[in-house]
Amino acid sequence: MKIPLSWLQEYVDIALPSADLADRLTMAGTEVKGIQVIGDGWENIVIGQIVAINPHPNADRLRLATIDLGTEQHTVVCGAPNLNLGDRVAFAYVGAQLIDGHSGEVFRLKPAKIRGVVSKGMACSEKELGISDSHEGIMVLPAEAPIGTPLAEYLGDTILDADITPNRPDCLCILGIAREAAALTRQSLPLPEVKYEQAGPPIDQQVSVEIAAPDLCPRYCASLITGIKVTESPLWMQQRLLKCGMRPINNIVDITNYVMLEYGQPLHAFDYQKIKGGKIIVRRPASGETITTLDGEERRLSQDMLVIADKEGPVAIAGVMGGAASEVASETTSILLEAANFNPANIHYTGRVLGMPSEACMRFERGIHPELVMPAIERATQLIVQLAGGEAARGLVDVYPGKAEPEPITLTTDQVKRLLGVDFSLDQIVGALTSLGFDCQEGASEVRAIAPYWRSDIHVAVDLIEEVARIMGYDNIPTTMLSQPIPRQTPDPILSLKQGVRDSIAGYGFQEVLTYSLTSLEMLNKLLPESGSVEPLPLRVANPMTLEQEYLRPDLRANLLAALSANMRYEEDSIKLFELGKVYLPKEKDLPDEPEMMCGVASGSRWGRSWHGGDDAFDFYDAKGAVEGLLSQLNIEASFVEGKDQSLHPLRQAAIVAGSNQLGVVGELHPKVSLAFEIPEAVYLFEINLSALLPFTLGHRIFQPVSPFPTMVRDIALVVDVGVTHQQATDIIRGFPLVKQVAIFDVYSGGQVASGKKSLAYSITFQSSTHTLTDEEVNKVQQKILDELSRELGADLRA
Amino acid sequence: MLQKLKALKANAIQELESIDIAKELESWRIRYLGKKSELTQILRSLASLPIEEKRAVGACANEVRAELEDNLRQKEQALQKAQLALSAQKESVDITLPGRSFPRGHLHPITQTLYEICDIFGSMGFRVMEGPEVEWDYYNFEALNIPEEHPARDVMSTSWIDYETDSGQRPMLLRTHTTSVTARTIETMSPPIRVVEPGRVYRYEASDATHTPMFHQIDGLVVDKGITMGDLKGTLYEFARRFFGEERKVRFRCDYFPFVEPGAEMAIECLNCGGEGCRLCGNSGWIEILGAGMTHPEVLRRGGIDPEVYTSFAFGMGIDRLPMLRHNIDDIRLFYGSDLRFLKQF
Ligand SMILES: [Zn+2]
Repeated sequence: MKIPLSWLQEYVDIALPSADLADRLTMAGTEVKGIQVIGDGWENIVIGQIVAINPHPNADRLRLATIDLGTEQHTVVCGAPNLNLGDRVAFAYVGAQLIDGHSGEVFRLKPAKIRGVVSKGMACSEKELGISDSHEGIMVLPAEAPIGTPLAEYLGDTILDADITPNRPDCLCILGIAREAAALTRQSLPLPEVKYEQAGPPIDQQVSVEIAAPDLCPRYCASLITGIKVTESPLWMQQRLLKCGMRPINNIVDITNYVMLEYGQPLHAFDYQKIKGGKIIVRRPASGETITTLDGEERRLSQDMLVIADKEGPVAIAGVMGGAASEVASETTSILLEAANFNPANIHYTGRVLGMPSEACMRFERGIHPELVMPAIERATQLIVQLAGGEAARGLVDVYPGKAEPEPITLTTDQVKRLLGVDFSLDQIVGALTSLGFDCQEGASEVRAIAPYWRSDIHVAVDLIEEVARIMGYDNIPTTMLSQPIPRQTPDPILSLKQGVRDSIAGYGFQEVLTYSLTSLEMLNKLLPESGSVEPLPLRVANPMTLEQEYLRPDLRANLLAALSANMRYEEDSIKLFELGKVYLPKEKDLPDEPEMMCGVASGSRWGRSWHGGDDAFDFYDAKGAVEGLLSQLNIEASFVEGKDQSLHPLRQAAIVAGSNQLGVVGELHPKVSLAFEIPEAVYLFEINLSALLPFTLGHRIFQPVSPFPTMVRDIALVVDVGVTHQQATDIIRGFPLVKQVAIFDVYSGGQVASGKKSLAYSITFQSSTHTLTDEEVNKVQQKILDELSRELGADLRA
Repeated sequence: MLQKLKALKANAIQELESIDIAKELESWRIRYLGKKSELTQILRSLASLPIEEKRAVGACANEVRAELEDNLRQKEQALQKAQLALSAQKESVDITLPGRSFPRGHLHPITQTLYEICDIFGSMGFRVMEGPEVEWDYYNFEALNIPEEHPARDVMSTSWIDYETDSGQRPMLLRTHTTSVTARTIETMSPPIRVVEPGRVYRYEASDATHTPMFHQIDGLVVDKGITMGDLKGTLYEFARRFFGEERKVRFRCDYFPFVEPGAEMAIECLNCGGEGCRLCGNSGWIEILGAGMTHPEVLRRGGIDPEVYTSFAFGMGIDRLPMLRHNIDDIRLFYGSDLRFLKQF
């Protein structure tokens, strides 16, 4: 909302500097985002009149304009198409500071020789003066603009640009801001006196109004003005509209806009001659009904909208836009003026569905009050009579099915203190409310307040408390720390699990990334080594902004691999990334499951190239090592079993299993999937479902006593078939008594080991918790172990 | 005899000088100063000499011995020094070569910021709660006094889930704010309540330097007997003091959010211009940090909490903006671009 101070000042005395006023308004809820000073830097610009126009001797598109400044005349070269003899214009002397019409940059005007003709000074466009973006021609001033007067004196102004919150439609007008300013500076606000002669025949003989949908139209008022002349509106009005960001159109439309800006009530002017039967019906559209609106578009209406109709059909979409058929045009002589109130939600719905947001819409949908209708229609009728001539019919039509008596709200000083934490006196409370136009009845320690009609946002006591707080100033609310006991808290264990996992995985050298939760089907399909589509279909957004962000990710991999691929372009020779976040798994007729997942990927060399050497590539055991490290830190007993993840290499992957639950997978990415993500190297990946992991992390570790007796270590080397796994061997070894620990220290094939065989070398630690072991004891167990290994796995002891 | 001593001394010193290995010093010592050395022999034979000669030779021999011992000591020290210098050369390391690394990944700056914020509120007794990101219209809007067709919906352009009920409604959405968790908390917990609710939120918006369709927020809620707006102000000021520093000025002004009344907005003095006004702060000198207010009695009542018994405050804050301000990051999209060249800086 743009607020020219010159206009505001008609209602309220602004003694404060504009920056201070802006600050007061901002603190009290009307945020002033900008202060535009018109005429700042107009030092060498004065009002002149074009007294001669001559062709340029060397250029067809340019002309020579002689401009009279009262005491002197200047002839300048001018390229504007709108040069007219007698027009008053803004003349800039050499040295004036202007804005370049094309580049938008500030420059100082210098004498120039244009196509051989010396030009000292120029006639300015609105853009060159910084008034608007218009640069099609020079700015033409009103005929009464005083020649020779500095432009800043005549046109200068300060405009506040305020953000009005949706609860305050009453502030979407000059009068509303004036009320705020008056309350904040404790002034009273004199309202403009509205009086006009009602010289015509009574209105009810010429206009009738029927509200067929009173739920959507609480009030409809109309006035009738005959014998008017549609012309341009006076320049002072045009100037004000322009400063508020509206384009002048003609006097009638300008007046409706002007009153909307002044009072906050949208109005609509019909050409009375085009309203069939002089009858207005406010109703829901009939099935399939259409209307051609002012912008020339044919609109299909639905039955839950609202139209203004005459006997034959719709003449306007209520509160949103008028119809072309009843539009005020140059030949119009009678005006049926509408000021009405409509249901906010219905207007919001219509504006949204038809894609027609407008200034009127914005005010209706925020809930302006029906009482506003009357002062606004009187003011607009007065202006029409005054500026467009004509005769106002006697009386007004006023159909008001939604009239409601305002309810008083009781507020006690205790309630104020209870919520704000500060003891405002009843006097202070009443003073604040009264300054805002509330009708207050004081009791001993309470006030019964009736909100002024324009405050449609006041319903309950807390609404009054906010009014008191913002007028007294939020700075006067104390700053206190919470003094209540801290509530009993049971923290969600997933939170500390997530933090612990993040810290561990980052500790292993993985960089955390956060990727969008939304992705594309194309991206997800890259995870499939064979062509096909992900199943089940992930959750889809009905109104995706782009196709890259259409589906909610069912896993973290796709985005993470895309991130890996992108980073490889920057020649990082060792990349380790992880993400921890939710995935979204659709459920029937319910919100999706949102398990917390953690996925890590590694590619390239283990340490990067370094003078320490050892730039060998990552392999399966790096990924597995990270998982094992994490599981061990979380004290989870999990095993790695054959995996069946289709995005992973079929021979190089494992499922991570605890109890009967699969917690995740680890493995090498399927080469075809790597290719799909344009990753030229092997990728190692692990993915863990933290929500599934969580139950295994609860509870505490139980201390194992440390045996005081010495350990004995024996190394054995086995030769087994290549198909025999390390797990099989250790499971057997661990099953024997006295075996404290089993560590594999060599895996070897080839050389002296026969083909189809491999050698596994173990270091077995024996220990008893009751006595010192003897050699014989250990020899006996070791032999039993070897026998069992031989029997179960066909293992030979390697010499 | 004296001649002999002189020659002996000259010999010994010459030999000593040519020695450059420490262990040869011992054999030299044995040869010239040992029990069987010529010098010792001479000293032993003194007794058999006539008295005058005894005195002269004795003095001279002792002098020679002292001189040789002195020279030996010096030589020993010199060799030791040389030895040290030599081994220093061999054993020293080039301390400027890079160390063997224990590579550590970095947590994302948003994660770091969230942890920091949760720590600050945690120390004030707040518990962290999380809620679903795919949410019902009810918790995102209705429960928060934002019914259908409310203008407040316009500023939170919503991504709707492609799911329709049998009656053709589309009730599922990507939450537009973490305040949806507040609505759930009010419904499921009983007072006293003191929670913060961090998480991802979504808007139907095109990306640019200051917007992404997904970003992070944290909401907070306190419900208890006797909670006042002063407590809200105190809590938020304490947060600002700890996050932005003691000297950073704070502003608390009236603002509107449908689920609070009175409503407020907290801003801090612009970190870029210190309040003078610049492009970053839209020339106002202030940077809006969060929206807050006293929870609307209707919102409490709807969730089953009696506003006549309890009072409550709530606040909500964007997260992404904070590391942007702190680290001078000018494009929010960098957070979600996964570029290691960016992420490794934090
Ligand atoms: Zn700034």
